[in-house]
Amino acid sequence: MSDTLKVTIDGQSIQVPMGTSILEAARMIGGKLVPPAMCYYKPLKGSGGKCRTCLVAVTQGSEKDPRPMPKLVPSCSTSVMDGMVVESAISERVTEARQSVTEFLLINHPLDCPVCDQAGECKLQDLSFEHGKSFTNYKEERRDNEPDDLGDKIKLNVNRCILCYRCVYAAEQLCGTRDHGVLYRGDHAEISTMIEKSLDSDFIGNVIDVCPVGALTDKTFRFRSRIWFTEQWNAHRSCDKCCGKVVLHKIDGQIARVSARKNEWDEVEEWICDTCRFDKKENEDWTIESKRVPKSKSVQTLNKYSDNSQSVYVKVEGLGSERPKELE
Amino acid sequence: MARKLLLKNDHIAGINTLDVYQQHQGYEALKKALTMKSEDIVSEVQKSGLRGRGGAGFPTGMKWSFIAKPEGVPRYLVCNADESEPGTFKDRYLMEYHPHILIEGMIISCFALGANTGYIFIRGEYMFVLRKLEIALEEARKAGLLGKNILGSGFDCDIFVSPGAGAYICGEETALLEALEGKRGNPRMKPPFPAVKGLYQCPTVVNNVETLAAVVPILEMGGEEYAKIGIGKSTGTKLMSASGNINKPGVYEVEMGLTMQEFIYSDEYLGGIKNGKQLKACIPGGSSMPILPAYLVTKTINHEDRLLTYESINDGGFASGSMLGSGGFMIFDEDQCIVRNTWNLSRFYHHESCGQCSPCREGTGWLEKILYRIENGQAQMDDIDTLFKVQKGIDGNTICPLGEAAAWPVAAALRHFRDEFVWHVENPDLAQKQNYGLAKYAEMRPKPEPQPTN
Repeated sequence: MSDTLKVTIDGQSIQVPMGTSILEAARMIGGKLVPPAMCYYKPLKGSGGKCRTCLVAVTQGSEKDPRPMPKLVPSCSTSVMDGMVVESAISERVTEARQSVTEFLLINHPLDCPVCDQAGECKLQDLSFEHGKSFTNYKEERRDNEPDDLGDKIKLNVNRCILCYRCVYAAEQLCGTRDHGVLYRGDHAEISTMIEKSLDSDFIGNVIDVCPVGALTDKTFRFRSRIWFTEQWNAHRSCDKCCGKVVLHKIDGQIARVSARKNEWDEVEEWICDTCRFDKKENEDWTIESKRVPKSKSVQTLNKYSDNSQSVYVKVEGLGSERPKELE
Repeated sequence: MARKLLLKNDHIAGINTLDVYQQHQGYEALKKALTMKSEDIVSEVQKSGLRGRGGAGFPTGMKWSFIAKPEGVPRYLVCNADESEPGTFKDRYLMEYHPHILIEGMIISCFALGANTGYIFIRGEYMFVLRKLEIALEEARKAGLLGKNILGSGFDCDIFVSPGAGAYICGEETALLEALEGKRGNPRMKPPFPAVKGLYQCPTVVNNVETLAAVVPILEMGGEEYAKIGIGKSTGTKLMSASGNINKPGVYEVEMGLTMQEFIYSDEYLGGIKNGKQLKACIPGGSSMPILPAYLVTKTINHEDRLLTYESINDGGFASGSMLGSGGFMIFDEDQCIVRNTWNLSRFYHHESCGQCSPCREGTGWLEKILYRIENGQAQMDDIDTLFKVQKGIDGNTICPLGEAAAWPVAAALRHFRDEFVWHVENPDLAQKQNYGLAKYAEMRPKPEPQPTN
């Protein structure tokens, strides 16, 4: 028995170590077949399985037991078996299910992207662009929650929340306190703090980075700029609490926002502390490393990086492959 | 008179006390079990063909055989008494009037599984039942039937009762385990299944109250004898909670294989529809199961008699069948409005969705809002199609079966009673004024033309 397992996703085979999830295997292959993930976050233990956007069809369970799985399975929390055959983007059933899940996530979302700080780096925008429909049959009133105050650094907008629980896991695993959790149930459920306490911990700022939507945003960057107008720089400083490796978002040479470095799946590589994130906003605090080209396929790549390689542009089917126009 | 196993002593006063229970062969099965090997008890239950009475109908013996047995790790037995399905009240009756049969069944099951601790997770609304259980457990402890060295056999076992806070979702086995651990009752991702990692990450078996109580007659009469009752893979007796527009609502113990015709219309059971009205529809297995129109209640689509068995009720799949589920048998007469009823059920599932996964969290609310508009004459025709699409988006895409439970009743109501929904949209004024829909479902439909098979 070899240590690696063979899995075939949309006709492409790959050998992966035991215990790998289907989603991770798909990410190793890359390309269009990678299921979207709104709640799964690799650095956070226990995350995943909740948003149901990463559903895939398993048409062959394994080499030994080739029966297909009757239901669609969440690829983030289903482990690969040897000889498994998975259908992701090519399956009509999966496409339909993802479309409905995307619609479900959007029906109670306020769709206030024009005034939302997350616009441009929002996973829900990417999701609805790639997997959603251009219309909805939803005629009902949208959910409207009372605003909560989480202190002077983090802005919580409950209406935008898609209840992915990422921030709950982040707060639990990074801060070690249980001040932060989910209250109520059903579509009244909301992220909140114990008795409206403000969040206070050295690492709580990371909930901003893990939030896929604009529910948790940085108050120090609020309404300063659209994200795609900022210049991004890799930078570091020596910090005794964290690694100190960050991304600086600059407007006219001034640091507007500090965030952690994310990989191509928008997952934080190393957590940063709140001092680095909120308090070090002067250019002399940081040692600049290099200009940063966002790896994720988002609107952020669509402006100032025309001198970089072509690959950063999003090629949208149906819109042709010509280079997008520069904004300036 | 049909054979009764669980409720055979129902007529005896004071059967809820240990003394009276022991006078009527109470705890004899336990004494017999303690002389047997635990594997033999499991195989006896396997032979009996007992299926989970909580709703899913999974073979109990098979479930027991799946339990992992790592060294040095305790195993647990959890009794699911979080009976929250609308229309189901059999467990309450059993626990309230026959607590000792449950306790005896649990001790035997603990012995069979090698568990030294059993928990009864009871819903918060059943606080009065909880007190009765506590009294019965205390009686058993004093008599040496619980605790250390039960009846001199060297087997230690104790049972504790733990109330929930009244959430429907805690009846789902993994959410129940979370709640029992003191956490928020959100269902867990499966796998790992509770048989491998359950309560406190230890191997756990979760069974319904009726299932555990049924272990007692199986031990008394032997698995093979028990399997002779019933038809095919549906063996033994089943408690049915009958409610709705019938002459005699209540809890009935029926032998599997009784015809629906007899169950609904005979005087021994439900005694027919109340006030001489016509049957319109029936939900045979609790609110989450598909509703059946009158012409499919007593006969299947092939004009065979429909029987009270898992297979017969499921005959025809979801197109023309339903599921026995937990046995919450609800009858609707000709005056009842199916749209209103469906809206009522949707409202329940909207309220009880835990909010963990998105299709259920958002979809149940959406279903309820559309159904509310249809019922109150504020809907357009395309809302009916939306309703169908929304339930399809929920069905099968959720973590736990609550999503399906919310989607199935809506799908079945649309499948069998679509014209009633259309009537509500077309006649908004009447829909607001009268509390009943169309009443033409009582007649038998003509036999369908045989389809060519090739």
